[in-house]
Amino acid sequence: MQKYSVFSLIKNAFSNHQNWEVAWKDPTPKSEYDVVIIGGGGHGLATAYYLAKEHNIRNVAIIEKGWIGGGNVGRNTTIIRSNFMYDANARFNEFGMDLWRNLSQELNFNVMFSPRGIINLAHSDAQMNAYARRGNSMRLNGIDAKLLDRDGVKKLIPMADFSDEVRFPIFGGLMQPSAGTARHDAVAWGYARQADDMGVDIIQHCEVIGFDVVNGKIKGIRTSRGDIKAKKVGLCVAGSTNILAEKLNMTLPIETHVLQACVSEPVKPLLDGVVTFGAGHFYISQSDKGEMVMGGDLDGYNSYAQRGNLPTIQHVLTGGLALFPFLSRLKMLRTWGGIMDMSMDGSPIIDKTHIEGLYLNCGWCYGGFKSTPVSGWTFAHTIAQDQVHELNSELRLNRFSTGHLLDEKGLGTKTWIG
Amino acid sequence: MLYIKCPYCGLRAQKEFSYGGDATVKRPNINEEVSSDDWDNFVYMRKSPRGKHIELWQHIAGCRQWIKVQRDTATHEIFQTAKVTEEIR
Repeated sequence: MQKYSVFSLIKNAFSNHQNWEVAWKDPTPKSEYDVVIIGGGGHGLATAYYLAKEHNIRNVAIIEKGWIGGGNVGRNTTIIRSNFMYDANARFNEFGMDLWRNLSQELNFNVMFSPRGIINLAHSDAQMNAYARRGNSMRLNGIDAKLLDRDGVKKLIPMADFSDEVRFPIFGGLMQPSAGTARHDAVAWGYARQADDMGVDIIQHCEVIGFDVVNGKIKGIRTSRGDIKAKKVGLCVAGSTNILAEKLNMTLPIETHVLQACVSEPVKPLLDGVVTFGAGHFYISQSDKGEMVMGGDLDGYNSYAQRGNLPTIQHVLTGGLALFPFLSRLKMLRTWGGIMDMSMDGSPIIDKTHIEGLYLNCGWCYGGFKSTPVSGWTFAHTIAQDQVHELNSELRLNRFSTGHLLDEKGLGTKTWIG
Repeated sequence: MLYIKCPYCGLRAQKEFSYGGDATVKRPNINEEVSSDDWDNFVYMRKSPRGKHIELWQHIAGCRQWIKVQRDTATHEIFQTAKVTEEIR
């Protein structure tokens, strides 16, 4: 594989950049693989990469209905953080932060990981207490957390509304300075390029129609481009999890919802990190191009449409205006939607299933992007070793029946109740 | 914006309604032995189909009645609405 560097850039400039190698091939599906990963998004590509790299399993195919990176990995708001209170979530995502820090070098692809910090704002004494508790939990798990008072927040985001008339005054906030953003497409492409180089077949425009399950054991999958035998199959399909589960006669603790985001026209740099509003569901960051990237609530009803409705955008931006009045004079460039696999407790599932050789990676709710590396890493381990890793030992499917929920923020599918 | 025909009030904007999830989920009967699996299915497990979905909505900013709505989860088209005591087929 051609290494990307400043020298290869200069060298290719002489031929008008016409002679770059393709970053990944377009193979015809073979009839059999050791492992088939369904879903060529960030998590699926990362899983295939770590299967090849960490476990030396290279006879692997990624089956993608559309094109790689065309789903949620291309639709998220690129936030990376590990500011969780529960041990299981904190350990899992902090391991992921370590992977993020080295990802550009490891993949030889600039994912533009930019740890500029995240601030969760508090608007009451009770919220400050809750954040102090969460911050302490984070620090016990080795994650950096800083409790900011009102002046501390004002120093970092002076453009927020600190006047006396506001309905939800800013009391302070909890900051994770090591959190940040990354370029989401580059994450998908970087993983795809390295996985392809190690022998993984990335098969695009290939839809899974059904599964071959014999005596409780997976034998292969049926696709729009023919049958493919597989010893092991991993599902990494986010919002399409329920559709494939139905083909397997499985019912899961997952509901599929549409989540929207939007960006404004680009403006000069004014917001350094990520800020979340504590009195409504609204978060904002500024992209490297200068656009304000914003998001918030689900539309609130089951949906497979990768688009939402205006009332939710209006509702989210009402919260945004309460926090940052300057937004009222920005034009919106575009809005879009992605379909979320909302788990019932708000935490993901990375586990084996009752079908031998079938593995499940789903339930990412609002926050799949930040976990892309660690999700792939632990899912690859679960598939290769046929057992969960310590990191995903609490992200099991059976936690709903045993009562070991990871209800980090009390958010599941019914966010409107919270 | 979705427009939902409330069986009591007529066609109203989605903003007047609050969503209540899958209407086909059945609560286990009271005063009967309920297995852990039954509770699991009632509380957590959802089919969440792509296509026609029968769901509950509450006309929260109107008559405050719960109603049933049959809606397509891929196109958002609404086919039928009914009182919660009525069946949608």
